[in-house]
Amino acid sequence: MLTALVPMASSPDGGFKAPTVGEFFPGELIFIGTPFAMTRINLMGLLMAGVLSLFFVVAFAKPKLVPSGVQNLGEMAIDLVQKNVIDEALGDKGKKYAPYLISMFWLLFAFNITGILPTMHLAISSVIAIPLMFAVIAWLVFNIQGVRALGFFHYLKANLFPPGIPWPIYILVTPIEFVSTFLLRPLTLTIRLLANMMAGHLLLVLFFSATSSLLLADGFVKIFAIPSFLMGFAFTLFEILIAVLQAYIFTLLTAVYIDSATSEEH
Amino acid sequence: MNPVAANLLAAGGEAPEGSAILFPASYDLIWGGLSFLIVLTLFWKFVLPRMKQVMDERSELIEGGIARAEEMQEQARADLEAYRKALAEAREEAAEIRTQAQGDRRAIVDEARAEAAAAAAAVTQASEAAIERDRAQVVSQLTAQVGAMSIELASKIVGQSLAGDSAVRKTVEDFVSDLEQMANAQGSR
Repeated sequence: MLTALVPMASSPDGGFKAPTVGEFFPGELIFIGTPFAMTRINLMGLLMAGVLSLFFVVAFAKPKLVPSGVQNLGEMAIDLVQKNVIDEALGDKGKKYAPYLISMFWLLFAFNITGILPTMHLAISSVIAIPLMFAVIAWLVFNIQGVRALGFFHYLKANLFPPGIPWPIYILVTPIEFVSTFLLRPLTLTIRLLANMMAGHLLLVLFFSATSSLLLADGFVKIFAIPSFLMGFAFTLFEILIAVLQAYIFTLLTAVYIDSATSEEH
Repeated sequence: MNPVAANLLAAGGEAPEGSAILFPASYDLIWGGLSFLIVLTLFWKFVLPRMKQVMDERSELIEGGIARAEEMQEQARADLEAYRKALAEAREEAAEIRTQAQGDRRAIVDEARAEAAAAAAAVTQASEAAIERDRAQVVSQLTAQVGAMSIELASKIVGQSLAGDSAVRKTVEDFVSDLEQMANAQGSR
């Protein structure tokens, strides 16, 4: 329906312009042309990291036995990851991964939620560098911890030659296990998060730019701005859920990978 | 529009060619990595140690409270036990004292009764002796008086008829001797 209406919707600045992946390639602002140039997304990333840090510094500046206000929120934020991810997936082994997993969850959430924050309206994790970086770190952590826990050969054997199968099957199973454990895990982590964030952004841009174009159009088509806006609004709410959910999935899978890598059997 | 301002806005940049979307930009990696490093260090060195400290203190407070409560309960139980023991002892002692008192009472009553009986016996004896003494006195006095009066009377009668009748004379003499015998008998008792 929208595509049918779009040609009719003419506005002063040239009518409806469908969003493109160009959205995710903002121009450089500072240090232009150098490897550490900064785009708008990088500024947003540092800002969100700063806001997140500030929140937790304030929450735990003077921790009290009976928490109140921000400290309550801070403790809830930590407990959320501790109980739902670390205790759930790693149990007693989870203690030493707590700083990594909790900080990753909250930074991912902060990077995801910018997708709906006014004036930002772009998830920082919708550029591939961010999910890829977290996925590579996760890959390094679970492999290193697996080798440290079981020894290099034992670790490879546990992952590539699952016990309890007649040996000829290994011809089939071992390559599959290799690809799924060592290649697909980081890849799926990256693409799941990236695609969710990109798709969410494109949906929002689509609905809101359509709302704007329809509103500026002549005649009865103006009325279609209302459903378009409502859809955009609904997807904004949905994106909040996605922001939490994707941070949770990413962190939980990382914890599960660490657990399976450091366990004798899986 | 100013190019910097344009780049600050959410509006898109130039569409990349081909699969550029799957290749990370160096600056995204650098700044993203820096952000993560900051947050990770903060959690590692500041937030989680403090959280742990607070949690430990909190659980210690709760466990300490539980331990204190248990201690107090134990104390209360010991106190109750001691109280019950003391109560039983006191009851036993009271029973003992009661038994003792009953024994004492019987002894006291018996003693008093014996004393009273003795006193009564003494009084009776003394009274009997006094009565006996009085009677003897009365009898002796009466004997003396009656004797004297009889003699007087007899001497009067005798004086008048003594000469005349020897039989009367004999009677008087017998009577007088009887009186003397009586007096003698009285005196010998």
